[in-house]
Amino acid sequence: MTEENAGGVAKRFLYVNRRAPYGTIYALESLEVVLIGAAFEQDVSLAFLGDGVYQLAKGQDTKALQAKNFSPTFRALEDYDVTKLYVEKEALEARGLTAADLVVPVEVVDAARMAEIMEAQDVILSF
Amino acid sequence: MLHTVNKSPFEHKALETCLRFARQGSAVLLIEDGVYAAARDTAVAKDVQEALKRVQVYALKPDVEARGMQNRVMDGVRLVDYGGFVDLVVEHNAVQSWL
Repeated sequence: MTEENAGGVAKRFLYVNRRAPYGTIYALESLEVVLIGAAFEQDVSLAFLGDGVYQLAKGQDTKALQAKNFSPTFRALEDYDVTKLYVEKEALEARGLTAADLVVPVEVVDAARMAEIMEAQDVILSF
Repeated sequence: MLHTVNKSPFEHKALETCLRFARQGSAVLLIEDGVYAAARDTAVAKDVQEALKRVQVYALKPDVEARGMQNRVMDGVRLVDYGGFVDLVVEHNAVQSWL
């Protein structure tokens, strides 16, 4: 549902996350863009498909890797009114994970429902 | 021969190909996103368990921990630190990186 705001009409933005964290820079870059975009008061959703679900895995400890552990940042999204996080059910299952293994509350959806969510967007950004 | 695999087994075929060529007695070291293959109860766990019957499988601990997989590593997969990585390289006649 679009709504009027100071800058005009809010659009529906979906950020699609398909990469595991740390192996490539995609996951971190996506989160940076989400946080920047959140300042513009759009209608934001995040989708986690395939290895993207690993971004939300609990227990990430990057001390020995000497990289920034950005998984706690997902818990801050709520403060930016980014609360629609959709996780692919099939991806979780293939990886032996459940919603309880993730750092934030999410809605677990099957591929058909995820496709519906994608269809309902104005803008889709892929990482 | 030491084989290293740095790609997720769910998005790439590197591990599958590596295991097809890894001979009895060789070692496979999972690094970077390759460490996801060391987790229990996944869609690829059976392939790794099968491989464990003929090759040694190691996973790089800093990469396992960074990804939050430290409590999910399957029995039979050994964790090594960076020093252990160097030891494996020294112990084997050659290293094949499945990039």
